[in-house]
Amino acid sequence: MNEANVEKKRLTNPPQTVNISIKRREKLGAQQYTETFEIPYRKNLNVISALMEIRKNPVTKDGKQTTPPVWDMNCLEQVCGICTMVINGRVRQSCSALVDDLLLAAGGNTITLEPMSKFPNVRDLTVDRTPMFNHLKKVHAWVELDGTHDLGAGPRMAQEDVQERYAYSRCMTCGCCLEACPQYSDDNYIGPQAIAQVRLFNMHPSGKMNRDERLEALMEDDGITNCGNAQNCIQVCPMSIPLTRAIYETNREVTIHGLFGWLRK
Amino acid sequence: MASKIKIAVVGGGLAGLAAAMKIAEAGHDVDLLSVVPVKRSHSVCAQGGINGAVNTKGEGDSPFKHFDDSVYGGDFLANQPPVQKMCEMAPSIIYLFDRMGVPFSRTKEGLLDFRRFGGTLHHRTAFAGASTGQQLLYALDEQVRRFESEGKVTKYEGWEMMSLVLDDHQVCRGLVAMNLQTLELKVFNADAVIMATGGPGLIFGKSTNSQVCTGSAVSACYQQGAKYANGEFIQVHPTSIPGEDKLRLMSESARGEGGRVWVPRNPQDTRNPQDVPESERNYFLEEKYPAYGNLVPRDIATREIFQVCLEGGGVNGENQVYLDLTHIPAETLTRKLGAILEIYEMFVGDDPRYVPMRIFPGVHYSMGGLWVDFDQKTNVPGLFAAGECDYSIHGANRLGANSLVSCVYGGFVAAPSAIDYAKNVERKNTETNGVHTSELKRQQEINNNLIKQTGTENQYQLHEEMGKIMTDNVTVVRYNDRLKATDDKLIELQDRLKRISINDSNLWATQAVPHARQLKNMLELARVITLGALNRDESRGAHYKPDFPDRNDEKYLKTTIAEWSGEAPILSYEAVDVSLIEPRKRDYSSGKAKAAGAEEAQKAGLPLKEGGTPQFVPEGFEQKPKNSDRQNIVNEKDAQIKDGESFKEIHEKD
Repeated sequence: MNEANVEKKRLTNPPQTVNISIKRREKLGAQQYTETFEIPYRKNLNVISALMEIRKNPVTKDGKQTTPPVWDMNCLEQVCGICTMVINGRVRQSCSALVDDLLLAAGGNTITLEPMSKFPNVRDLTVDRTPMFNHLKKVHAWVELDGTHDLGAGPRMAQEDVQERYAYSRCMTCGCCLEACPQYSDDNYIGPQAIAQVRLFNMHPSGKMNRDERLEALMEDDGITNCGNAQNCIQVCPMSIPLTRAIYETNREVTIHGLFGWLRK
Repeated sequence: MASKIKIAVVGGGLAGLAAAMKIAEAGHDVDLLSVVPVKRSHSVCAQGGINGAVNTKGEGDSPFKHFDDSVYGGDFLANQPPVQKMCEMAPSIIYLFDRMGVPFSRTKEGLLDFRRFGGTLHHRTAFAGASTGQQLLYALDEQVRRFESEGKVTKYEGWEMMSLVLDDHQVCRGLVAMNLQTLELKVFNADAVIMATGGPGLIFGKSTNSQVCTGSAVSACYQQGAKYANGEFIQVHPTSIPGEDKLRLMSESARGEGGRVWVPRNPQDTRNPQDVPESERNYFLEEKYPAYGNLVPRDIATREIFQVCLEGGGVNGENQVYLDLTHIPAETLTRKLGAILEIYEMFVGDDPRYVPMRIFPGVHYSMGGLWVDFDQKTNVPGLFAAGECDYSIHGANRLGANSLVSCVYGGFVAAPSAIDYAKNVERKNTETNGVHTSELKRQQEINNNLIKQTGTENQYQLHEEMGKIMTDNVTVVRYNDRLKATDDKLIELQDRLKRISINDSNLWATQAVPHARQLKNMLELARVITLGALNRDESRGAHYKPDFPDRNDEKYLKTTIAEWSGEAPILSYEAVDVSLIEPRKRDYSSGKAKAAGAEEAQKAGLPLKEGGTPQFVPEGFEQKPKNSDRQNIVNEKDAQIKDGESFKEIHEKD
């Protein structure tokens, strides 16, 4: 083990105060504006606790009383995906964004928070990610069951296959991949999230039986061929989902289905 | 029944989705309400697994053993018939999730793999990596999405339930909910309502719960006449990672792999932990419990850590102790504990392989909840409950990996029960007699008044004060004088809440109005928890009073029932159904024998009397003089610990 790892690089000389600069919007369609808040530095702050501090007493750095900033949060363990925003220019979950790390990486004592840009901006830092859930409907991201009554054990599977599926099944629909994707905007491309879910269900022994309808959903205008291979998605995925592999494997399936699928009809 | 029945499900976690799926599958309409998109519900946080006695390991496991372990672990406070039913249903629940595509870990033959968990000797826990809750929730989310795309389920995500609509005979006819963007209030007509809103962890300020776990909607039901049962039973996990915003769970496996708990002998010691010499460290668990050391059972570990900090002995005098793994080679740690150590590093910034972790017990789960009968019906006709928000399964203490199975079981029972009720209930004139609009009006007035209200109090400050006093006095160790003082404080906070002003002039998507309403409801439930604890002069499961250290079955083998009165909750007590397994002393040092003995007795059709299994301390322990002094208790615990050959089964109850 490398001795250099003994302790993580820490903020050795923390500032007295931290500036939190927030891109705000009163409501859907309203003008965006920026407000900066100053909070006292404390150890172990994350972006959420900084926002909580501001919410308690929303006064800007210039001493102006304002409305409390609005953001989404729930699990705070980076598993529900709701608190995603753009922090210092990078899309990520705000619960796992530690103030120390952000200051260390950026220098200075200012952190900028912006809502994700690819979804309707409801207010301040909240966005509406309904399109992502609609994508899941479109690609039939479920296993068709005969019923939920007791039919005994499920199909046998090799642990190796389970592991690959497990990686895809961790997707929390946070939207980082879509925010970072240069091809995704206004629903002209379904995006890596839904494609990885197609892979997840097409790998399952019973899910496979509806393989074709999932592939056909990816052959429409907003389908898989819109991928420009920028590979940004895999860089920003907080769950380290092998999105580019999903796109590659699924694209191959789509191509074969496009060429020979009619033979099976 | 003239027209189609309609059922509203409130909450989109495991229990709510399980119920919604069953109702839709039966061909009925469901309105599914959830504060957050259902895929972001708190169920995602469950890590360990889901219990079911599938017995694939040739260990002779059985649903009866699962049942026995569960009621024993719950210190016999649960009514036994539904627990037995749940344990019998558990294997088929696991199989169903497998068919839905949950990536459960597999054996070499490609069968489901099972792991050992707390409170049992059997491999009974199916798991999907370290995120079983997330995987199970997603499977139900997918099935419900299928029904949604077929038009059978209508989701209302971003809606929070405010109140029930009750008719003149106190029959539930639907509910009123608020759109969290527009603050619009809307009536949801329903023949039956299923509550599946999870736990109330936010009453304690910071807990391991998600931010939606306020218990607010359940509290609204309670204030409209639903009974709340066993509120005082709150599970506190010994090792959580204190954060500025929440407490995150640190798995017990850290201690299982050799983690040592300590504090500097001088609490004001400001040195880095690595620089504190051995002689100046207080390994208080090892000192007090030489046999088990850091691996004492969860409730004991929780109490000891809490006590050290309460007395000012925590690191820097704060509520934290060290959980130290640094004496173990880094590569061993990476191999055995990699995933959980990453969580610590992600949120704290320190690498636990080189820097001792700082941990503290954290409020984790409510065993109490809405009172329900064996069909998940509350006492309000037309109102049902399932999952953590009902009280029915876990008694005084929940075993690990039983929460996921109880959520699904609750949903699967509540759904047919609600359908059956809805088919037979007469709507009479409730659609035209204005009960819905008058409730809507009442809720609108509450909102209007809240928005107009002015005062100098700050609602977030009040929430912090509530969380602090509840955490200090109503969690691990409980004293009657402090419980009384806590209730006084809660009354004070209720009064001060009338003088908050909503500090947000922009009401679009504001969080200030919903939070103020949640806070009011949380304060009501906080009183139920506190006064339930005050009234229960015994120690049982998660409820521990040093002044009453014994379990007292004669007086308190009873369910606490709280009913709202406008003043303090009215408490009453209901007998527990122990018709299947006779209560015996909870003593894990004889754990191995008890399950076997119990099953043999059952096979023989015998009631489980003390003679059957001499390893148990039989019933009758309650004949001991009450309030035996503390030293006796400590000695007794040490004695148990020395006897124990099978510690493993107790050390990880989650």
